[in-house]
Amino acid sequence: MAASGSGPALACPAGAITGEGSTAQTNAIQQIIASYNDACANKAKIEYNATGSGAGVKNFNAGLVDFGGSDSALSTAEHATALARCKSNEAWDLPMVVGPVAFSYNLKGVSKLVLNGDVLAKIFMGQIKAWNDPAIAALNSGVTLPSTAISVFYRSDDSGTTDNVSLFLKANAPTVWTADHSKTWKGKGGEGKNGSAGVAQAVAATDGAIGYLEWSFATDNKLGIAQLDMGSGGVALNADSVGKALEAATITGTGNDLTLKLDYATKAAGAYPAILVTYEIVCSAGLDSAKTAIVKDFLTYFASDAGQNSLSGVGSAPLPASLRAKVNTSIQAIK
Amino acid sequence: MADAPDATVATTTDHEAAAGSSASLATGKPVSTPNLTFATIKHGGDRTFRAGAYAAAAIVVLLVLFVGIFLAVIATPSLRHDTVNFFTSTQWNVGTDTLQFGIAGLLWTTALIAVVAMLLAVPVAVGTALLITQYVPGRVGSTIGFVIDLLAAVPSIIFGLWGLKLLGPFLGPFYDWLQHVLGWIPLFSKGVESTGNVLTASIVLAIMVLPIVSAISRDVFAQTPRDHIEAALALGATKWEMIRIAVIPYGRSGVIAASMLGLGRALGETIAVMIILSQTNTPGINVSLFAGGETFASKIANNAQEFDSPAKTGAYIAAGLVLFVLTFAVNAVSRIVADRKVS
Repeated sequence: MAASGSGPALACPAGAITGEGSTAQTNAIQQIIASYNDACANKAKIEYNATGSGAGVKNFNAGLVDFGGSDSALSTAEHATALARCKSNEAWDLPMVVGPVAFSYNLKGVSKLVLNGDVLAKIFMGQIKAWNDPAIAALNSGVTLPSTAISVFYRSDDSGTTDNVSLFLKANAPTVWTADHSKTWKGKGGEGKNGSAGVAQAVAATDGAIGYLEWSFATDNKLGIAQLDMGSGGVALNADSVGKALEAATITGTGNDLTLKLDYATKAAGAYPAILVTYEIVCSAGLDSAKTAIVKDFLTYFASDAGQNSLSGVGSAPLPASLRAKVNTSIQAIK
Repeated sequence: MADAPDATVATTTDHEAAAGSSASLATGKPVSTPNLTFATIKHGGDRTFRAGAYAAAAIVVLLVLFVGIFLAVIATPSLRHDTVNFFTSTQWNVGTDTLQFGIAGLLWTTALIAVVAMLLAVPVAVGTALLITQYVPGRVGSTIGFVIDLLAAVPSIIFGLWGLKLLGPFLGPFYDWLQHVLGWIPLFSKGVESTGNVLTASIVLAIMVLPIVSAISRDVFAQTPRDHIEAALALGATKWEMIRIAVIPYGRSGVIAASMLGLGRALGETIAVMIILSQTNTPGINVSLFAGGETFASKIANNAQEFDSPAKTGAYIAAGLVLFVLTFAVNAVSRIVADRKVS
């Protein structure tokens, strides 16, 4: 039944489901929907409206959509509301899409750059102003750093990426990055650009620039991506290092609820912890059987090797095998 | 009518009786019958049309009124909870419980961009209008006019991307030179690192308002009375002198009104400015042309997707209200100028 050899065995039930929520996973989920439809010859109609995580949770709990997408797992209060929505059954948070943040730079003659949370926070707070600053040099022995001034570019629009970056900075340099995490950039100095596309364009056009981007924007624009030194040398951003950071996360959800607590300052070897995880929020039971069948089948494909590996093109890293197994167990437990 | 002395008139008024009679009365009949019907239709049509026109005007006025009321209603609660001065503060923290927002920075950037855009656009627009109406033959003139009008058909997002990716980087070296030479004047002092500055936005806006100003200027210059022009020429004026003493004074108020319309457009332009202009988060206002910033419209558009609480929405809408009033004032001024008759 599955189109590709490595794909899971799909039941391909017919019908329609709708999901709503996080914009961070839009590209990933659209990609999965398209390849699921290919594999199932368009038997089911799956829609996803990217209206933002808040709206996704709200409308899932109001029973308007069949699954929600969110940057953060349900809170205790939201879980309570979800209980009513799922006919006295729990709702589960299933981590599905992992979006790493790339710290992209444009520096003539420097093709490999290592930074850490503390230095990044100081750059973004305007405390480190030149590329040959001793703090940067200390992390990059053997690299000749120019004296070019650092131009910081950030998102001028409120965004989940900004929120995520500030979480990372706060965890790694709490004395430098004192502001709480927020969707609005709280750094000092620099220039705000509209959207990831705007930031990528500005970094690409400015020598000495640094900015944070969703991974795909950095690779699409062929920008340099700084390695992160979490204490034991630079770690490059790739599927493997992101997977290691996810393995370092603890699951705080109970039972089949897989709420993750990410450790943004993890010391795990080879981990790249500047990541964003988005969840699909589903009823563990209580949805009508036709819809449940599609939700289960769709999510099974989503969590499969074929599904997860196809996401690299849209800037997502695949879930590590250990977590994927847990997600799959949860999906199969949906009744 | 009753005591008509004349036979011809008698036959016409008496047409009901004569209706079925000979064809010799044909001259009277067709005139009188349609006349009667026409009169009634004219009356009804008149009334309908007048009512329609009133309704159209009322709809427009009410619409503007409702937009104003809508903005005011949504903005008021947030304005009441604003902990800083709305008009003089440059802060914008609306994500948390304590609202701190002020429009000083937005107002400066909006006004500076719009004014610089007009300074660049009006001379070019007037120049082309004079060329088209006074110098080149009609056909060539209308071709040039057509090309300029085409600028109005380009979507603003295209202008924005063009300004961001092409115009800005292209002008970069010129900006550096300008800062180097005139940097001691605050208006040319150091701003943002990229070329996403006020000046780039102004140049792009100037191009966008060019067709508006140019089209109206063309129309007023074309209406300069022939007598004025010939009188000037008869007095021995050269072409330039004729334009200076006959055409320009005649079209002056029209050009001013056109500029005001263009200014209104420049104040409200959203997407192009949002794409080009870099936001900055340094406190206070950098007055430089090379500074970044945000205009009312670009700030609202940039954040509209994340209006997640009424308080936050209200703060942005309050900024929108100021823009609304500002545009209103500009249009009112243009009205007054346009109504003032030619000297």
